[in-house]
Amino acid sequence: MNAAAPILTTGRAPSLQAVGMTKIFGPLVALDDVSIDVPAGSFHALLGENGAGKSTLVKSIMGFYSPDKGRVLLDGKEVSIKSPRDARANGIGMVYQHFTLVPCLTAAENLVISRADAPSIIDWAKEKKALAAFMEQMPFKVPLDAQVSSLSAGEKQKLEILKLLYLDQRFMILDEPTSVLTPGEADEMLGLLGDMAAKKEITVLMISHKFREVKSFCDGFTVLRRGKFTGSGDAQSASVAEMSQMMIGDTEVRERAARRVHNENREVLELAGLFAQDLDGADVIHAVNLKVNAGEIVGIAGVSGNGQSALVEALAGQRALSDGAIRIHGQAFEPKRASFDKFKVFGLPEEPLKNATVPRMSVAENLAFRAFDKPPVAKLGWWMSPGPMRSKAEELIALYRIKTTSPDAPIETLSGGNVQRAVLARELSGDVDVLIVANPCFGLDFASVSEIRSQIMEQRNRGAAVLLVSEDLDEILELADRVAVMSGGTINYISRIEDTDRNVIGQHMAGH
Amino acid sequence: MTVQTAGPAYVTRAPNVRSLKLAESFFIPIAALVVSALLFSVFLLIIGKSPVDFFALVWTGGFGSSFSFQNTLQRSAPLVLTGLAFAVPARIGLTIIGGEGALVLGGFAAAAVAIPLVTNGVPPFLTLPLMAIAAMATGGFWIGLAGWLRHYRGVNETISSLLLSYIAIAIMNFFVEGALRDPASANKPSTMPIGDAYRVGAMPFTDVHWGLGAGVLLAIVLYILMSRTTFGFAARMTGGNPRAALAQGLPVGFLVVTCCVIAGACAGLGGFFEVAAIHGQANASLVAGYGFTGILVAFLARHNPLAVVPVAILFGAIAAAGGLVQRRMGMPDATVLVLQGIIFVVLLTSETMYGRLKFFQPGTGADRT
Repeated sequence: MNAAAPILTTGRAPSLQAVGMTKIFGPLVALDDVSIDVPAGSFHALLGENGAGKSTLVKSIMGFYSPDKGRVLLDGKEVSIKSPRDARANGIGMVYQHFTLVPCLTAAENLVISRADAPSIIDWAKEKKALAAFMEQMPFKVPLDAQVSSLSAGEKQKLEILKLLYLDQRFMILDEPTSVLTPGEADEMLGLLGDMAAKKEITVLMISHKFREVKSFCDGFTVLRRGKFTGSGDAQSASVAEMSQMMIGDTEVRERAARRVHNENREVLELAGLFAQDLDGADVIHAVNLKVNAGEIVGIAGVSGNGQSALVEALAGQRALSDGAIRIHGQAFEPKRASFDKFKVFGLPEEPLKNATVPRMSVAENLAFRAFDKPPVAKLGWWMSPGPMRSKAEELIALYRIKTTSPDAPIETLSGGNVQRAVLARELSGDVDVLIVANPCFGLDFASVSEIRSQIMEQRNRGAAVLLVSEDLDEILELADRVAVMSGGTINYISRIEDTDRNVIGQHMAGH
Repeated sequence: MTVQTAGPAYVTRAPNVRSLKLAESFFIPIAALVVSALLFSVFLLIIGKSPVDFFALVWTGGFGSSFSFQNTLQRSAPLVLTGLAFAVPARIGLTIIGGEGALVLGGFAAAAVAIPLVTNGVPPFLTLPLMAIAAMATGGFWIGLAGWLRHYRGVNETISSLLLSYIAIAIMNFFVEGALRDPASANKPSTMPIGDAYRVGAMPFTDVHWGLGAGVLLAIVLYILMSRTTFGFAARMTGGNPRAALAQGLPVGFLVVTCCVIAGACAGLGGFFEVAAIHGQANASLVAGYGFTGILVAFLARHNPLAVVPVAILFGAIAAAGGLVQRRMGMPDATVLVLQGIIFVVLLTSETMYGRLKFFQPGTGADRT
């Protein structure tokens, strides 16, 4: 493109059709003859569960994968897209789930370096003038001279979209663009995109699994399930029930885990004035106070990066506290192995492959992490016998239906759902008093989600004190007895779940 | 999303995962050795020498006669110990390349404590163990320092252990050329010789000193420690994923420092045998590169303490053949270093092959969606 900024003109939105897309990875048919039709100027939703093939489809369109069959038509003409560079040349751009900006550069620098024709020596005065002229025409603004790391998540996401416009990419693919935004930020951004699409300035294809957003902002939708096309239609006239039916197929819509009513209200876990810092010395958690009773799930809601993961790390012993105390049954708790065992503290951390397993060790060894230094696996406290370890592993593999080629297979060869099931088997097969859970269902399919949530609920019903940190508000609304909202490293709102609603929680997530 | 072919049993089609993995960990290093030999042959052809002659000479010089084989074993003794010094911390995820320094400092410590003991006529059966303990403690402290810096101060252990090696060598030189110099060592500053009565002898029926026996014994003990004890299990957890190890409440700092102390003690013991069995005193001859060759040994052994022994013997053979190659083929001593360097680079490259060779993968039963 030229150094001169593109001008937002109406009627330049392209249409895109992908016909008969098929992609096979080894034994796995990730995409099976899928077609999708996105008319010019539409805001189209691509729906499906995790693993349904949404990402494979858009990556095939973007040229990251070369599909085994199928073709892509842009404005009715077939185009050959062999690499993301080709996609870019054809005006197709993508916003990824996670930011692809360079944090230490300013917004302006990020825009200029993203250009394929960025010169080796950049005339910043000229570029800044051009950028200012470009920004004039944009429906939303981002401070151009601010360093990207200082921008909020919403601003970064806007900058990602501005980048596509700056590169004149009028067909935008957005991969779950709102997962890092507060509900308010998400609505603002989607609204702006919807307006631009309505004016036929751009065409948007958005991967989502939030029906609320699809219903509010999209005009068309296409649904995939297990790599196959299962339906499409008008997002405004179709009901949520119809769409979810297409997504999950004939299986019954998941039963909510049964919540047993009981009169327990012993206080079990108490967090008193917790503080912790990041490497630069800035507070990542700040005066966190919270109590969790026996037989209660307390959900911690918040936008990603507001201290929730630091809190979980502190409770798991992965991060040192600079101040404050953790108490269980009124006694001081230190996140060391002896205390985990004494107080029966167990955890399901987020991204289990990264936080709860050793990927290269075998399934049997991973299942033994809690038990390897206790009888019957360890004799005299130090001599390990593989026999009991293996038989225990076989028992858990059968009980929790972990699909693996062998107990000796490295756990990294298992699918995400099976890794999580293995961690569940290890952490929940004993007697649990305190359970710390973080985003347990992230990236899992429908069946696994249902199973894992009912396991958590079962622990609550059995009297465990459960702390559930989740970025999925629906998960918290489904499971929690009380909700606490974390923003800026501290808890700024606590309520019983029946006394609050999505909007109130959303406002507190945004820090109000 | 794949079709699961098996019935109700969830352990489906168990091809022998363990034996496949074992076969893979034999095949890849051996293939790397073969490739290195081919590349080195190209190098030889370029300089106009015959690769056939070269490898024949390595065979003759390393294994050809009982004399040359004993020479090989003699040279492999310190390599077993320095190989262990790299392999043990590698299991906990650390890349410690300071074996050279621990060996030199350990050897120096052994020679230094020997001076008052020998002068006062303390008998060898007391003096030698004290020397060995001093060597292991000094070496253990030295590498333990790198581990401590790593865990508690976030200092990169590879850099710190390398720099500590130079400090160690300088410390030895400082004393050997100064306070502890034997006035009789005119051309080559050395500590006072411990004397023949205090030498560590050869193992029965061989000319090979006890350092090899100690190395083999330590290799077996450390293999058992790493594979069959709770300490080894915890260390492997920490090495594989420190975050998971912390989340299981393991004492990661203790494990890290202990593994480093063990490593340093191994290398230090190597230094003790160099002094007590070979040189009889501490001097610049201790700085012979055993610590660095040990890194290569450990890599080729896949950080498995048992495999360290045969690999050390292989490198001992290459070193033993060095002189023969030099004389017969008219090539400089450094030729052997070129071979070692090629092996190292090819070996590092081969690390990326694990899990990629279809032949060694257990079916495709595990569904990855």
